[in-house]
Amino acid sequence: MGLSPRPEPRSVEATGGENWVTTRLDSLVNWARKNSLWPMPFGTACCAIEFMATAASKYDLARFGMERMSFSPRQADVLICAGRVPFKLAPVLRRIWQQMPQPKWCISMGACASSGGMFDNYAVVQGIDTIIPVDVYVPGCPPRPEGLMYGVLLLQEKVKHEHMGDEAIRREMEPDPKSGLYIPPAAIDELSEPFGNSVHQTRSGL
Amino acid sequence: MTSSPPVARGGDATGAAPVTPHNVPREGAPANPTAAALRERFGDSIRRVDVIWGETTVYVARERVLEIVRWLHDDPEQQYDYLSDVTAVEFRDPERPLEVVWHLRSLPRRRFLRLKVELAKGAPLEVQSVWPVYRGADWLERECYDMFGIRFTGHPDLRRILMWEQYREGFPLRKDFPLRGRFSRAEQLRQALAANPEARYSMEELSIADAFEDLPDDMRQRLRAGERTGE
Repeated sequence: MGLSPRPEPRSVEATGGENWVTTRLDSLVNWARKNSLWPMPFGTACCAIEFMATAASKYDLARFGMERMSFSPRQADVLICAGRVPFKLAPVLRRIWQQMPQPKWCISMGACASSGGMFDNYAVVQGIDTIIPVDVYVPGCPPRPEGLMYGVLLLQEKVKHEHMGDEAIRREMEPDPKSGLYIPPAAIDELSEPFGNSVHQTRSGL
Repeated sequence: MTSSPPVARGGDATGAAPVTPHNVPREGAPANPTAAALRERFGDSIRRVDVIWGETTVYVARERVLEIVRWLHDDPEQQYDYLSDVTAVEFRDPERPLEVVWHLRSLPRRRFLRLKVELAKGAPLEVQSVWPVYRGADWLERECYDMFGIRFTGHPDLRRILMWEQYREGFPLRKDFPLRGRFSRAEQLRQALAANPEARYSMEELSIADAFEDLPDDMRQRLRAGERTGE
């Protein structure tokens, strides 16, 4: 889909080359990180019910190291936004994201969180990527637990390939002062097509 | 309980045990006896009485809403002690006036009454608040104001309740309001993000200082001593 990864990773060669120690350390740290992601559930609608099912014993999200739901953003690694987000909640969601410590990731669960879904109206944010950066989009209305788990596995894959030498994963990202967006508007608008919404306006509004 | 009030079923005071109404015709079902009592008491201020599916709707004059509601609440023959809902209706016909709707319920007499007031378009949309009678009308009227722009005179704190207070686009449930709002998506998002999440709550809503004297003694003492609970 042409969506670039969130922080443009500086190539390792540019930061002084890759040696045996840092790659070994990278894989150790990333292995630990990817298997102990603590989710911050931000459930606003029916997706949260599927999310609860995912966390419950039958599907058992704990298998992937997500045993502990972190209901406080300061102890969380991954924000799972499950459900539609009205405009009134937009500053709250952004505040919660900013309270999470780096490194942090975000899963946008379901059609509403990803694109506004069927709620193409005055009250609902057309995709949370206009508020916070999103790493994994899980389609579905709502997605089945298998879908969410696949999204989690994709995120783990992403975590596995991060480099410690990359400063972007430790630095707090700030939204672009001009557009107020974390993700470039072109990337946001490109995603509108597969999610099939907002034919009258681009999602980023730019 | 020695003297229970007479029990009415579907509006008639027969004293029989209550049963669920069934086979109610669309029109022609007996009206709630309150409608006749209202006509007798308020005369011309009662504009019209409709009975649809056994539910009685009374159209009343705008100026006397509070008086009528107070009488319905206080009169020992009526005892409408519960306000279910306050809402409004706007019709697509541009000539037809807006209607403000009150759903009243009498628990002792098992009665339901729908009061309506017609507000002509073009004139200021104002109607009396029933907050002095029903404290529960506070948020219901705020919602009605937020969605339709109807001003309830006498309401203690008429602010938006669903949309944030700085919302500038108008009243979403009015027919002239476009589904996607008036502003572009970028402008809507910019305005929404500019709102301070903490600033929306007034201290009056969060503070228990006003209710301090009404609290039980032990709780007051604990609060005085600075003990923190619920943690």
